[in-house]
Amino acid sequence: MELIENFINNNGLIVGFLVVGMVTLLSQLFSEKVLKGYLPGSAIAILAGLILAYFGGVLTGGEKGIADLPFLKGVGTFGGSMFRDFTIVATAMGASFAIMKKAGVLGFISLIYGIILFFVLGVALAWIWGYRDAISLCTIGAGACTYIVGPVTGAALGANSDVIALSIAIGVLKAILVTILTPLLAKKVGLTNPAAAMAFGGLMGTNSGVSAGLAATDPALVPYGAVTATFYTGLGCLLCPSLFYLMLDWVF
Amino acid sequence: MIIYGVAILAFSYLTGQLCGEYLGAFLGVKANVGGVGFAMIILLICKEWLQKKGMLDIEFEKGVDFWNKMYIPVIIAMSASQNVKVAVSSGFLAIIVGSLPVIAAFISLPYLIKLTSK
Repeated sequence: MELIENFINNNGLIVGFLVVGMVTLLSQLFSEKVLKGYLPGSAIAILAGLILAYFGGVLTGGEKGIADLPFLKGVGTFGGSMFRDFTIVATAMGASFAIMKKAGVLGFISLIYGIILFFVLGVALAWIWGYRDAISLCTIGAGACTYIVGPVTGAALGANSDVIALSIAIGVLKAILVTILTPLLAKKVGLTNPAAAMAFGGLMGTNSGVSAGLAATDPALVPYGAVTATFYTGLGCLLCPSLFYLMLDWVF
Repeated sequence: MIIYGVAILAFSYLTGQLCGEYLGAFLGVKANVGGVGFAMIILLICKEWLQKKGMLDIEFEKGVDFWNKMYIPVIIAMSASQNVKVAVSSGFLAIIVGSLPVIAAFISLPYLIKLTSK
């Protein structure tokens, strides 16, 4: 038993390749045989990943979904931010620089609009819920942006640890919802071309949600969504604990 | 050679991410600002430069294309290692604040596109 444990421990990433391959295969079969192609195999596989992550969390009580199971640690490495960003950059190879430049203004406007929309709605809902101090309101509003902006803002302002935990949960939920809803709503909201994908990336901003949602919708749109979404978390971390907090503090 | 493609991709990734780190530090933010975006633009510039020089061959492109195609598997692995449990079980306020703005954003996307396409 110890031999197997050590063996898997030393080969974690390779085990990750195998596991993801099997999940993809089963999802592809499910998509073809059961759903008759109504949802693409990649969308099912991403959804299956989320469901597995839930059970991983229930079984281990950890924070990294199924990657908290010792023999599946490699799935976490494979799905970590290094591989995610590296492969997203690779998708740019099929993208057009000219289109990115042309839709740059649209991307920028949606970036600013997206951060303000999520922050303001987050603050408003927290206010309705009963929060009244500017620090908690700001941290929850920041959590509505992404699960990184929330804790960064909370830590900078000295928010309560349970408010910070709440802001992380809000951000994770947003990422998951964007992942699930994007392939279902893409056609209805006009998310069918590169310019729209740039607006979408800036508007939603959650790197993992945007990249997973677009992957399940149309992989050709991924680089356009990613090129704007990549600025969202940084800008959020810049604006939330400074300008937005000062404005909130002034109001409350 | 395939490794040249992978190496150019690695060069773009590292340079872009480092730019993002420095921009973040410059702005006084504890986060990477636009690293992936810079990396993508650097890769596109490298590609165009190599094309002009006639140095872009199939083998080279295969090195980048492999990682391009690994994108969806990485996303599946990422989904499987998300903290889904905390998102599902963290109470009503988290669910409301996590979902209502997302729906509002989806509703406003068509208007945003229309507004700027004029």
